Amino acid sequence: MNPVNYLYLAALLFAIGATGVLIRRNAIVVFMCIELMLNACNLAFVAFSRLHGNLDGQIIAFFTMVVAAAEVVVGLAIIVSLFRSRHSASVDDASLMKL
Amino acid sequence: MTALAAYTTSTGEAFQFWVLGTVAVIGALCTILMRKAVHSALCLAGTMIILAVFYLANGAYFLGIVQIVVYTGAIMMLFLFVVMLVGVTAADSLKETIKGQRWLALLCGLGFAILLFAGIGNASLKDFNGLAKANENGNVEGLATLIFTKYVFAFEITGALLITATVGAMVLTHRERTERAKTQRELAEERVREGKHLPPLPAPGVYARHNAVDIAGLLPDGTPSELTVSRTLRERGQIRDVSTEALNDLRALEQRATDRLERPDLRRTDPGRNGDGDPAAERAAAVAGEQTEEASK
Amino acid sequence: MNTENLIALLVAAPLLGAAVLLCGGRRLDRVGHWIGTLLSALSFVIGLVLFTDMLGKGAEERSLHQHLFSWIPVEGFQADVAFQLDQLSMTFVLLISGVGTLIHLYSIGYMEHDERRRRFFGYLNLFLAAMLLLVLADNYLLLYVGWEGVGLASYLLIGFWQHKPSAATAAKKAFLVNRVGDMGLSIAIMLMFTTFGTFAFGPVLESTGETSEGKLTAIGLMLLLAACGKSAQVPLQSWLGDAMEGPTPVSALIHAATMVTAGVYLIVRSGEIFNAAPDAQLAVTVVGAVTLLFGAIVGCAKDDIKKALAGSTMSQIGYMILAAGLGPIGYVFAIMHLVTHGFFKAGLFLGAGSVMHGMNDEVDMRKYGGLRKYMPVTFVTFGLGYLAIIGFPGLSGFFSKDKIIEAAFAKGGTEGWILGSVALLGAAITAYYMTRVMLLTFFGEKRWQPDADGNAPHPHESPRSMTIPMILLAVGSVFAGGFFSIGDRFMHWLEPVTHHDHGDSPLSAATVTGATMVVLVVGVTLAWFQYGRRPVPVVAPRGSLLTRAARKDLLQDDFNHVVLVRGGEHLTRSLVYVDHTLVDGVVNGTAASVGGLSGRLRKLQNGYARSYAVSMFGGAAVLIVATLLMRAV
Repeated sequence: MNPVNYLYLAALLFAIGATGVLIRRNAIVVFMCIELMLNACNLAFVAFSRLHGNLDGQIIAFFTMVVAAAEVVVGLAIIVSLFRSRHSASVDDASLMKL
Repeated sequence: MTALAAYTTSTGEAFQFWVLGTVAVIGALCTILMRKAVHSALCLAGTMIILAVFYLANGAYFLGIVQIVVYTGAIMMLFLFVVMLVGVTAADSLKETIKGQRWLALLCGLGFAILLFAGIGNASLKDFNGLAKANENGNVEGLATLIFTKYVFAFEITGALLITATVGAMVLTHRERTERAKTQRELAEERVREGKHLPPLPAPGVYARHNAVDIAGLLPDGTPSELTVSRTLRERGQIRDVSTEALNDLRALEQRATDRLERPDLRRTDPGRNGDGDPAAERAAAVAGEQTEEASK
Repeated sequence: MNTENLIALLVAAPLLGAAVLLCGGRRLDRVGHWIGTLLSALSFVIGLVLFTDMLGKGAEERSLHQHLFSWIPVEGFQADVAFQLDQLSMTFVLLISGVGTLIHLYSIGYMEHDERRRRFFGYLNLFLAAMLLLVLADNYLLLYVGWEGVGLASYLLIGFWQHKPSAATAAKKAFLVNRVGDMGLSIAIMLMFTTFGTFAFGPVLESTGETSEGKLTAIGLMLLLAACGKSAQVPLQSWLGDAMEGPTPVSALIHAATMVTAGVYLIVRSGEIFNAAPDAQLAVTVVGAVTLLFGAIVGCAKDDIKKALAGSTMSQIGYMILAAGLGPIGYVFAIMHLVTHGFFKAGLFLGAGSVMHGMNDEVDMRKYGGLRKYMPVTFVTFGLGYLAIIGFPGLSGFFSKDKIIEAAFAKGGTEGWILGSVALLGAAITAYYMTRVMLLTFFGEKRWQPDADGNAPHPHESPRSMTIPMILLAVGSVFAGGFFSIGDRFMHWLEPVTHHDHGDSPLSAATVTGATMVVLVVGVTLAWFQYGRRPVPVVAPRGSLLTRAARKDLLQDDFNHVVLVRGGEHLTRSLVYVDHTLVDGVVNGTAASVGGLSGRLRKLQNGYARSYAVSMFGGAAVLIVATLLMRAV
């Protein structure tokens, strides 16, 4: 098997995650889908690291994890405060910016 | 595993890839298709663990462990925590409200996947160098060397980012109490002043035959009283309606009577019911039916 | 002291007078007329000082120049307030301020009982300032300022008795008709700027040789339009008759002696342009010839003494325009006739004013008759003016008009014969209508009756403040022509500015003079047979078709109404229709389509973050496709 299959898997997971972001209304699930997309990217980075034979790809994946952790913290905080004020975690309910 | 061939992988890894990869895709699909957020989170955790295995297979040992510890362990638990806070049993309706959104989303996702596949297929990715040389002093040591030399500034900045995120989360979720909390006495006096509801709130299920916190007590006329359920459950919409319970009991009684009289026509219309007369089983079945009814709303 | 620094004072004195009188309020009512008269006289005195100074210099050094300040100093567009005083301007300055001062003096008596006399003098001073600015400007833009200024003063003075609807209407009419001419002048100035890059007299007039004839013809025709408007020439003549609604001194000063001659000044001043554009010059002569006959015919039929004189003015200015159109042959004579006309026509108008003053403001000549016994001074001065205008040998009109007729013949060819004949015919008609005015007013039996209130007029001689200006103007009417012509003084005086060309007349000077005398006698005799021998009916007879048309100013107003007013209305209506359907249709259609499109596009902004995410994601996909395609290509 050619390790390039890892890249195809990453692409597939990324597309699934993106579709999930678009079709789910629950903000938490949307967030999870974003995490899925990030993980797909990480898998691609790791595979690329193997392709190139150096560790830079893994470093980038590592940084991605750190940033994702920070993002999760803030994002979940936003969801919690949104839920507090609107009693709903649906992203469609936060549609105040239309006419 | 460190001595992976540059060009192809070992048969073992290929087997592992095809098996676990399938599971990972199924987990991802379940993540976006499950109606309950908690199920989605569990599926995602599964997918992430599989990804961790893949990291390990690709020679990224440190990342594989971090993936399990940080992602699956910490971040997903944070997700679950928030899910609990929002309401663990609340299930999302999968009915789309925005016209055309689902089809557009599918189209975009599919198109994007095709594009990515085409891009990967077009790129010349035949020659994998493998990480044998990079990892010869150990994966963690190699990463550490890079992090503290080449990427030291990025590393420091991510540290600052984490601090900022921590503070941000606190700022967002923390609510400053602007006035002193009322004592019990003051609350009691206030209730008397308002004259709305002097005695303590009724306990749930007291006037009915149920004794669960999420079941509203019935008023003498048979209607459920929302006051009897805790405010948190009320706000989450997790009150179970038992106003039809009496009718169900009646129906169950009739059923039992029918069974005892051995009327075959009724038995055929409702084969799921067994006539052993266990009231607890009857109730459980009724509640389950109700829940599906509610969820399909 | 440099004399050129005095030039600005010429304009400043009456301008100051206008400012003081118009802003001063009622407390100046008792002295206002004297302030106005004195400042006007001051202007005349300064003019005299400059004149004597000018006489002391050689012919080539007489042109003075004063640069006051830069008005619009922009790169590529220099407008200066600068004055140029040469022999031509000097002539006008003396005429304007001299006649102006006499008429100020006359107005003191004439307007004595008018409670708004101070304002009247303010307007008169404003007029003087604007007119002097017009003739002293050294560029066309400043000339335009003066041009508009006299238009404004004329408007204010025609409508001075604004409580009379006829006066208010006449003022508006004069203003509107003048606008047409002013438009011509402004277009001419714009054309000059695009052609020459400047509008100062010097550069424009010197570079006519290097410019295409077409452009010069266009400029010339526009200048002619301007002159037609200001000088009441066909086709913009209709306002002058109605302008007689103003006080008589105004008619004398503005609508006889000075302002209406501004068109002649403009054409003579722009002589170089017309010399280089023969077509425009021909148009000038045609306009002059037509107006000369038009005014004369109108003058024959009018019973209103001032309107008869207005027709005469129109006709006499037609002579001047005709002469100005003849080119270097005629410029000098145009100006000379202008000056002598200024004297005798102002005198005639003042005489008419004096008659009206004695006759309770009656203007119908058929209700005068035999006034020579009651107002001897008026009779004598009016009579001298009459003799001057018909060209009685030895008086002013004889010299100046005779020269124009001669010059018209000297034009040469068929044109010369036609123009000369028209001028001769005009002389005959002039003799006829002026004799008619004279006979109707001062001879025959008295025909006045008490008016509806039973107030019979008591004809009496006017006060001295009115008769003195009339006497002085009569003196000018008698001697000016002779003084100018003997030894060709005036020609030599103006020659450095306008140049002169004798032309080649097919007829000798004596022949022309003889012919003029013959037509003069014919005209006078005809008038005497018609109005002197027979009693004159108080109510005008119906008259021939031509008479009736002439009474209505040869249907000029009907023509204007049918062609311009009706035509304008139709044009406006069709334009409104086009505006409503086509222009508004396009505009509203655009707006509606933009609105409709926006309404549809607005739905894209539905507020759902997921919708936006789809857009983003789709956009990213499109970008990737584009990148891949670019790489594939």
